[in-house]
Amino acid sequence: MEIGLSHYLTVAAMLFTLGVFGIFVNRKNVIVILMSVELILLAVNVNLVAFSTSAGDLVGQIFALLILTVAAAEAAIGLAILVVFYRNRGSIAVEDINVMKG
Amino acid sequence: MNAAAAFFYLFAGVTVASAFMVVASRNPVHSVLFLILAFVNAAGLFLLMGAEFLAMILVVVYVGAVAVLFLFVVMMLDVDFAQLRQGFLNYLPLGALLAIVFFIELALVLTTRFVDPKAFKAAAPAAPKPDMLVTNTEALGRVLYTDYVFFFQVSGLVLLVAMIGAIVLTLRHKAGVKRQDIAEQVARTKATAMEVKKVPSRQGV
Repeated sequence: MEIGLSHYLTVAAMLFTLGVFGIFVNRKNVIVILMSVELILLAVNVNLVAFSTSAGDLVGQIFALLILTVAAAEAAIGLAILVVFYRNRGSIAVEDINVMKG
Repeated sequence: MNAAAAFFYLFAGVTVASAFMVVASRNPVHSVLFLILAFVNAAGLFLLMGAEFLAMILVVVYVGAVAVLFLFVVMMLDVDFAQLRQGFLNYLPLGALLAIVFFIELALVLTTRFVDPKAFKAAAPAAPKPDMLVTNTEALGRVLYTDYVFFFQVSGLVLLVAMIGAIVLTLRHKAGVKRQDIAEQVARTKATAMEVKKVPSRQGV
């Protein structure tokens, strides 16, 4: 059986679903939530590259490159915020993140 | 089954299994290591699709930078992760339900196709065919540095902002540490730097 577009889309759908599942299941752990977001972005990248190669259009790979950049920036900023938050509160539990609640 | 299909199933299976272990693992360090495994196998999938440059970038950027950053933060923060895991089973039914709904929706998208992907083929920059003697990297560079140079520069700006933001957020000045103050050094004059004492003879200062 030839490996085609739908095979890759199925893998991407599974990765995306697992990322959403991880956000819902690990509701208290910000680090795992950030990792789940990375998984979702990876699923999007797999989708873009699969469509790019199946349609013969290179622009999809350029989109994937830009998403990679934004994902790296997001991870850096998110982890920096996490470190600052841990310094101030001594905890990274999600329910403790309520300083801005009125 | 030919070799390409075998490798596809290998990479896809390991990617999905390690992605599951990322969200289900008890120890966040194991989660990060499974994330690295998922990224490496996704790079293998990219290679199978013919996007060699993105595969290598995925290994360098994700595995080399992002995942190691995660690893540093997980090991640096002294957090009781067992306590953070409480309620995992409470959220499991809702999470599983939502995941199943999501997956069914995505499967419906996959199985009902309204637009033939071949319709996109017109007016697109051609991906390199094996007989064209142009590598994927070269073709990507030809498109990226001409038509999409603005996006390329904006993504550089995004990285700059992220770098400055991370430094500004995490830099802290400890009290009691002597630091160089260049403005103060430059502002010194002879009058402030020197003090002339008149020492009376045979008495000392």
